[in-house]
Amino acid sequence: MVREVVDILAVNQIEVFYHNVIQVLKGVSLEVREKQIVSLLGANGAGKTTTLKAISGLLKAEAGMVTDGDIVFMDKRIDRDLAHKIAKMGIIQVLEGRPVFQHLTAEENLRMGFIGSGGEKDIQKHLELVYGLFPRLRSLKNRTSGFLSGGEQQMMVIGRALLSSPKVMLLDEPSLGLAPLLIQGIFKIIKQINEERKTALLLVEQNALAALEIADYCYVMENGRVVMDGPADQLKENEDIKEFYLGLSKVGSRKSYKDVKHYKRRKRWLS
Amino acid sequence: MLTMQFLVTGILTGGIYALVAVSIVLIYKATRIFNFAVGEMLALGGYFCYSFVVWGGLPLWISLPGALVMAVIVGALVERLVLRPLLSQPLLTIIMATLALSVLLKGIMLMVWTGYDVGFPKNLLPGKTVLVGMIAMSHELLWAFGITLVAFAGLAYFFMKTRTGLKMRGVSEDHELSMACGVNIVTIFAVTWMLAAVMGTLAGFLMGYRLALAPSYTPLLALKAFPAVIFGGLESIPGALIGGLLIGVIEGLVGGLIDPNLGEVSAYILLLLVLIFKPEGLFGLKRIERV
Ligand SMILES: Nc1ncnc2c1ncn2[C@@H]1O[C@H](COP(=O)(O)OP(=O)(O)OP(=O)(O)O)[C@@H](O)[C@H]1O
Ligand SMILES: [Mg+2]
Repeated sequence: MVREVVDILAVNQIEVFYHNVIQVLKGVSLEVREKQIVSLLGANGAGKTTTLKAISGLLKAEAGMVTDGDIVFMDKRIDRDLAHKIAKMGIIQVLEGRPVFQHLTAEENLRMGFIGSGGEKDIQKHLELVYGLFPRLRSLKNRTSGFLSGGEQQMMVIGRALLSSPKVMLLDEPSLGLAPLLIQGIFKIIKQINEERKTALLLVEQNALAALEIADYCYVMENGRVVMDGPADQLKENEDIKEFYLGLSKVGSRKSYKDVKHYKRRKRWLS
Repeated sequence: MLTMQFLVTGILTGGIYALVAVSIVLIYKATRIFNFAVGEMLALGGYFCYSFVVWGGLPLWISLPGALVMAVIVGALVERLVLRPLLSQPLLTIIMATLALSVLLKGIMLMVWTGYDVGFPKNLLPGKTVLVGMIAMSHELLWAFGITLVAFAGLAYFFMKTRTGLKMRGVSEDHELSMACGVNIVTIFAVTWMLAAVMGTLAGFLMGYRLALAPSYTPLLALKAFPAVIFGGLESIPGALIGGLLIGVIEGLVGGLIDPNLGEVSAYILLLLVLIFKPEGLFGLKRIERV
């Protein structure tokens, strides 16, 4: 059966420099299709956050620039647009480290996420939706956000992104620093958002196991390049991924320095 | 009794300082820029109002709103022509640019309104000196205080109840995060400059009405608001109000009871003490840190 799939977001061979001299991305391509969950894995410093910021336009505020390649969203080139325009088109980035407006209340934080031109009724409708997903936020809505717990802040930050009804949500390490039980909860909600609201997701994660579990497709980045990609269930079976991202090795023994060298060799082969 | 009189006069005068202080605080909160042209901007606002009243022969209820509209335009122009081109430059560069702007504005004022003192007709605002017991309150100070309170109430409403107000509060906390929320922060900066120019213009008018306007000394009024701003902790709007009133009171009491010259500098002496013992000001935002 051949089904028409549309990629709503396509990143084509982008190169990114910071301050005109530091090259961080060296030709990255990826695509996100409608209603898809795509995860982006890779070690620290691989360029995952930079990729997300290139898409959302936030790069420009950090003296970063897409110098080559392009980014296309629903048939429109967006890599030269400013962040607030890209957000209005329907791409919302949830930043790394779940930053909140500390001095605003939880509900004011959520309201900050509202982008539409509708009135108070429209906002209320969206707020109800978020409170439906995260009932806990309703009881915390008048609290100063800076005093919420990490898990509550993560809910709020995802809720805030939902307030704009995004077509694509870029999530940067939502599980970072959360307890395992909370992580499970967050991933469940992410899946739920994707299924109920048809929001496409590009998910950056260190927690590869969980990310592969909910993703449809997966990219692996190293050193500013995509070194591997494929459907998530296929990558889960890949020996390299098993060894270096899922921490499983064939014999189940601890990895030794030799394995790491072997990995380096293989990595070169990959890239 | 005399003490009470100085206290009351101080509070009423302090309202004007509070308006200047909040003009500085608004811009600092949103952009981290300390606007050294605040004095010239407020004097310019005062002159606009003067021109409508004296040159145009218009009643105050048209002149003052007219001056505020002019202030909005000036605020927008300053943001567009001076600040926006410098958006990604080091903060120091931008602050120096506000100094340059102050010189430029002073030059324009000298050209248009000359260097001589000008004043408003004394009966511009209705009312007479009010006596409460033995305490006299001149009508221009009562008006100044009333206008200050209305302006601050308006600001509070704007920040707490409107969507743009919320965005401004967001932007004052985190630029990147605000952009990620789809806020056009450059627009917010422009709105901030307009709002600051409006507050300054109110102060300029009230100051001009109380004493007189001159390009040489009206801008110096802003200097008196600096201690108020620092007292308030640079980022706090209620702090600007209380700081302004406090400066008025200190100046009134020290100037009245001890020595008028000492009154002029008393606020600065106190400011030094505050900076030494509580450098974040009395109302500065406490950084929230969870452990
Ligand atoms: N604003 C910046 N200016 C200069 N270099 C930067 C900037 N931001 C990131 N970099 C560099 O770009 C590289 C990639 O950073 P990026 O944040 O994209 O990595 P990441 O894959 O998200 O890593 P992590 O998993 O640690 O979050 C790093 O070497 C980093 O030092
Ligand atoms: Mg990162």
